[in-house]
Amino acid sequence: MSEVWVTIALLAVATAAIRAAGPVLVGGRDLHPRLFGVVALLAPALLAALVVVETFGRPDGALEVDERAAGVAAAGAAIALRAPILVVIGIAAAVTAILRALA
Amino acid sequence: MNGRGHSLRTGVRAGLPFAVAAGLLAISFGVLARPLMGTVAPIVMSAVVFAGSSQFAATAVLAAGGGPVAAVLAGVLLNARYGPMGVALAPSLEGGPMRRAAHGQAMIDASWAMASLGGGRFNPSFMVGATLPSYPAWVGGTAIGVFAGELIGDPDGLGLDAMFPAFFLALLAGGELRGGRRAIAAACVGAAIALALVPVVPPGVPIIAASVAALLGLTADREVGAEGR
Repeated sequence: MSEVWVTIALLAVATAAIRAAGPVLVGGRDLHPRLFGVVALLAPALLAALVVVETFGRPDGALEVDERAAGVAAAGAAIALRAPILVVIGIAAAVTAILRALA
Repeated sequence: MNGRGHSLRTGVRAGLPFAVAAGLLAISFGVLARPLMGTVAPIVMSAVVFAGSSQFAATAVLAAGGGPVAAVLAGVLLNARYGPMGVALAPSLEGGPMRRAAHGQAMIDASWAMASLGGGRFNPSFMVGATLPSYPAWVGGTAIGVFAGELIGDPDGLGLDAMFPAFFLALLAGGELRGGRRAIAAACVGAAIALALVPVVPPGVPIIAASVAALLGLTADREVGAEGR
């Protein structure tokens, strides 16, 4: 039982420190334009990584194309057709849920 | 001040759908954690850690008999993405170190992504607003999962796990990639790095490693505020 509490305490402190690190260390001053050019590309790079990892990745480290990937693909089609963002998300969940129910 | 309040309110509205999703995920966390942790610890964990994937990972390691050090390490790896995400956010934050650190605590994936204005700029008040509804939903959902989990079916059947990547894809297509060819290149390289690493490194690391793609910005001298070359 105490192992659980040690884990919770350490993970809470570490997570708060990680979340504070960038804002404390990099914020509050003007970045050199060259450095800002790098920082500005972090958002698209990280977002794209989140998309592919959460679409194809599994917790055990395998990559797979499953119902979830089909749901995201359907969402991609909706994005291409300029559907509103809530519709896009709804399509992703609905397609995934329906395919899972059929599987 | 008025603009800030307005951003906060629009952020709260934008964050509501994600609070629903977070609540459902939290229920599944509560169900999963209860046999290992009892009733109080999962709720406390959600309240003080407030980072879904790392809580699932740490709990899975403990359940497998991995011990607290391994569990914390797994959780930290999954949360390490908040490092580069916080660096991206930092130039848009005002005020002293304490105030900036507090804004950093409001970083969750969906809020951070929605608050991104493209071109390296963020709206911090909007991000705080978008995170606000998710906090009670995450903690409350955990409590529901702990106490009433058996009454609720498997949330996996709802396709929730497809919602987040679809949402990030929509934000990427709608905002970030308008930052020009270099943003598109960074997104493609970041995705490729992450995909290549998923099978060979622990969970969480592929996302952090994707930050390397931002180094493409070193060649950005002539493209500040302009489209393409």
